[in-house]
Amino acid sequence: MARPACYIIGAASTRKSRGHKLSDVLATIFGASSLELLSFQPPNGRGLSLLHGLANSVGIAFGSFGVGLVIGIGGAYGKLYGGPVVRDLLEVYTTVVRAVPELVLILLLYFAGTDLINQLLTALGHAAIDINGVVAGIGVLGVVQGAYSTEVLRGAILGIPQGQIEAARAYGMPPGLLLRRITLPAMLPFAIPGLANLWLIATKDTALLAIVGVNELTQTTRTAAGATKAYFTFFMAAGALYLVLTLVSNVVIGRVERWARRGMPSIAGSH
Amino acid sequence: MIAQGTAPALKYTAQNDAAEAIHVENLHKRFGELHVLKGVSLSARDGEVIAIIGGSGSGKSTLLRCINCLENPTSGIVRVNGEEIRMKADSHGHTVPADRKQIERIRSKLGMVFQNFNLWSHMTLIENVIEVPVHVLGVKRDVAIAEAEKLLARVGLAEKRDVYPAYLSGGQQQRAAIARALAINPRVMLFDEPTSALDPELIGEVLKVIGDLAREGRTMVLVTHEMKFAREVASHVVYLYNGLVEEEGPPEQIFGAPKSERLKQFLRNVG
Repeated sequence: MARPACYIIGAASTRKSRGHKLSDVLATIFGASSLELLSFQPPNGRGLSLLHGLANSVGIAFGSFGVGLVIGIGGAYGKLYGGPVVRDLLEVYTTVVRAVPELVLILLLYFAGTDLINQLLTALGHAAIDINGVVAGIGVLGVVQGAYSTEVLRGAILGIPQGQIEAARAYGMPPGLLLRRITLPAMLPFAIPGLANLWLIATKDTALLAIVGVNELTQTTRTAAGATKAYFTFFMAAGALYLVLTLVSNVVIGRVERWARRGMPSIAGSH
Repeated sequence: MIAQGTAPALKYTAQNDAAEAIHVENLHKRFGELHVLKGVSLSARDGEVIAIIGGSGSGKSTLLRCINCLENPTSGIVRVNGEEIRMKADSHGHTVPADRKQIERIRSKLGMVFQNFNLWSHMTLIENVIEVPVHVLGVKRDVAIAEAEKLLARVGLAEKRDVYPAYLSGGQQQRAAIARALAINPRVMLFDEPTSALDPELIGEVLKVIGDLAREGRTMVLVTHEMKFAREVASHVVYLYNGLVEEEGPPEQIFGAPKSERLKQFLRNVG
């Protein structure tokens, strides 16, 4: 088995020595001198605009994840402890949002949502406003994230040993303090895996906002690729940037999870 | 004697003019169809140690949990420090506390120790002990830490102050839970079967701590299966049978010369 492999490597190195350098091969694939298009030197280099798109994507992901968390905490609490009306309304929310494709929701909420806000403003005697794409994106994706967060956090709260909540009540903790000091930190270890998934989904869902023209990474990539015809170069670069974002996220998530599980012996029994 | 109707059985305190820390009168508790407490009265004056004994399902834990409203009594009177807990009917006809603030105030004066310890798993021992003083009672953090260190030393856990509960034995966790209860400087300590979840060899260390507290004049209400211990530390023993006080009196009488057939039978079974 080893011999053919050696042969192939040998063949490759022979070919290389004949003058087919890696850069040449890449240049053929990417189109001549297209890598220059990724430089940070305008007017030809479009690296800066890609980074600007990435920054917008990260911002939207961060914002929508945060909005989703806030909705999720409220939603989970409402589903667990709310009255019948609250519970039914939340059930409708999580079911509808998780049933309808995100692209449809984005189109619906983005256009209908901005329209609604402006109609409202006009009705109240204010001038219509031009809603910032990033803010609208955070709002729309936040609503989507909130539905999933609600379920993740509801499950995590159910995972807390009830005695710990009871002890807090027995010592006279008011509900807000109990949520902040006991429920949230105690449920975190159970919520992190689900929330980590939601965060990674949030980073990628930002790409869907390209459809409504929000200037995030995919949209800037599309613009750059369309203007230069170097589609492969730009979409490869965008893919690499999304990958870097995920790798960095994984490192951060790992740290957060270790911190959240600080009171729990590891399952492998290394302690 | 069987406590029925409204007359609280307080004969044993006739010679005792200390203030009444806990007063329970004609307490009923129903869980749906299940009638767990059928008119129980109980009193604990300052410095008294009340032991509640009885078979499983006799309602002894429910009685204890009604004192700080971890269970809401269906009817009856509960007074803590002379303050009667005000109850009202909610929209489903359940009896609930009328004033959340009152319940929280009363709870913060009752140091509860649970069967399953219920330490907060995301906090180290010292954090567990200072949590309620700092965040509920408003004690300054450094003052609370100094006090907590003394309490942990007292229960023999000084060197475990920065350890998370999951890394400790059941006996150590329960001793830490007792330190947590002591940290609020409770008017009364409530023990809900504090040794029932412990391995036999760990029971002694916990009973020693509770015994020391009893001997220094702490007021406590103790639900226990440890008859020998109850006889040693209790000033008054209440035997519950099927949701009613079947017999009560000083430990010498209850354990030495029981009158009720059921109590005799019970003592034969557990002895």
